[in-house]
Amino acid sequence: MSTVLVLVEQFHGSARRAGLECLSAARITGLPIVAVVAGDGAEKAASALGKHGAGKVIALTGAAQWSPDAVARDVAAIAKELDAKAFLAAATATGKDIAPRVAALLDSTLHSDCTGLRSEGGALVATRPWLAGKAIATLRSSAPVFCATTRPNAFAATESGGNAEVVTRPASTDGKAVVTAIAEKVGGKLDVKEASVVVSGGRGLRGPENFHLIEELAAAFGSAATGASRAVVDAGWRPHAEQVGQTGKTVSPQLYVAVGISGAIQHLAGMRTAKVIVAINKDADAPIFKIADYGIVGDAFEIVPALTRAVAEARKH
Amino acid sequence: MKIVACIKRVPTTEAQAKVGADGKSLDPAGWQYMASFYDEIAVEAAIQAKEKNGGDVTIVTVGPSDAAKEVREFLARGADTGVILKDADWMSRDPRWTAKALAAKVQAIGADLVFTGRVATDRDNAAVGQMLATFLGWACVTEVVALEIEGAKGRAKRETEYGVETVEFSLPAVVTCNKGLNEPRRASLKGIMAVKTKPIAEEAPVDSGVQAVVVSVEIPPARKAGRILGEGAAAVPALIDALRNEAKVL
Repeated sequence: MSTVLVLVEQFHGSARRAGLECLSAARITGLPIVAVVAGDGAEKAASALGKHGAGKVIALTGAAQWSPDAVARDVAAIAKELDAKAFLAAATATGKDIAPRVAALLDSTLHSDCTGLRSEGGALVATRPWLAGKAIATLRSSAPVFCATTRPNAFAATESGGNAEVVTRPASTDGKAVVTAIAEKVGGKLDVKEASVVVSGGRGLRGPENFHLIEELAAAFGSAATGASRAVVDAGWRPHAEQVGQTGKTVSPQLYVAVGISGAIQHLAGMRTAKVIVAINKDADAPIFKIADYGIVGDAFEIVPALTRAVAEARKH
Repeated sequence: MKIVACIKRVPTTEAQAKVGADGKSLDPAGWQYMASFYDEIAVEAAIQAKEKNGGDVTIVTVGPSDAAKEVREFLARGADTGVILKDADWMSRDPRWTAKALAAKVQAIGADLVFTGRVATDRDNAAVGQMLATFLGWACVTEVVALEIEGAKGRAKRETEYGVETVEFSLPAVVTCNKGLNEPRRASLKGIMAVKTKPIAEEAPVDSGVQAVVVSVEIPPARKAGRILGEGAAAVPALIDALRNEAKVL
């Protein structure tokens, strides 16, 4: 029977939201869904996946260390046993690491970072950005298995109210590369690709010492990540992990706040799919205002603290 | 040590997208090209691995003859030879196709270590390095920001959403390079002079058949410019009102 196999990423026994979004996207195929979870905590994470649409969950257990090539081999073996018609994973750091290997083992190409998925006359059709979103391609696949990764935040994580049968399966332990340590982020800081609100700063902040304004505004929004323009990452003010744009990360949050960012084309390519864009810039002619839903012209050093207070106040009510 | 750095000729980040006459491709008229941003980091990593472990660096690319421009730049920086797997349709190949073409060449070279960028900034698939390693049966570490190679062992760091992973692996291996791994050097005058003596071969790539079928390409509708709500902190209440009652994101 044809199925769709979904690799759902989990960490410490909890499915990551991008994984649940991918599971929700898999329901678009109309095919029975088998989810696979791997790594430390896989069994614990497995039980919650039924209500997001998985009919069956396979937990790969018993591997002492995470190995991307071993996980990929196990996932590909499951796909072959199930005669899966499609394989999906979220386009997170882990999903992007594993999914191409699974696709290669299935001698199938991969559509990465898809922003849309639909079923058309029994065939799956994906939409995905080219040139960081300057163009959107609609693609099919003639591969034996339709393989795709879904962009975090591009699909809603919805519940189906179902129940899944959970089975465990011994994980392969003969990885060629193994993760020997993880230095976890402190304070649960969100990544720009995952956050529903992204507050980004640019050269208008004048120096790295002023980015506390960006961090404070992000904190006021709650589940927000801090981002940065290429200029300030190149200047060493902020880490590359925060860079939004064509040579950084492409993001689709509910709300994107650009502070002191003029809006170079390569930056706009990385954030133009945000649902709502707010721009704060002292230059009324800055290109960022041409794509922003709401703009405030003026000094970030005056506006951002006032906005931080107002957002914190608004969220109390 | 035989080292390969894979690069891709891509449109510059300033390139505008315009749908081609067939409705399934982008019109390259007016585009300037460059090596994909992360490829510079891959080539630098390859040259540093050669400096530390000895051996030679081959630049391999799937692309048109014009890609010799990008290959020459990297030969000037310290790579030894270049190979263009000549393909006029290089940008419309899918990741499996490109990875298979590269795998055949990497095998023929007898390489121990292959570097690629973490993603090519045209089709943005971020898949070729992992597929290449899988087709070769090699180890692969992606999005690497720190790397040590000691003999046949490697240790790398990569950034994920939840923290920084340390990955240990054995050679042969494919490493996909992220910003932060190194600062790519510029070509020296001596390096530029030496390019003349370095060979660039053109060969036919293995054609495994493209599986990705483009149905259509569209330019996303331009976002409508919104409203300037005012100047300075006085406009903050209007913004809060708009976010809450109009956009409903607060």
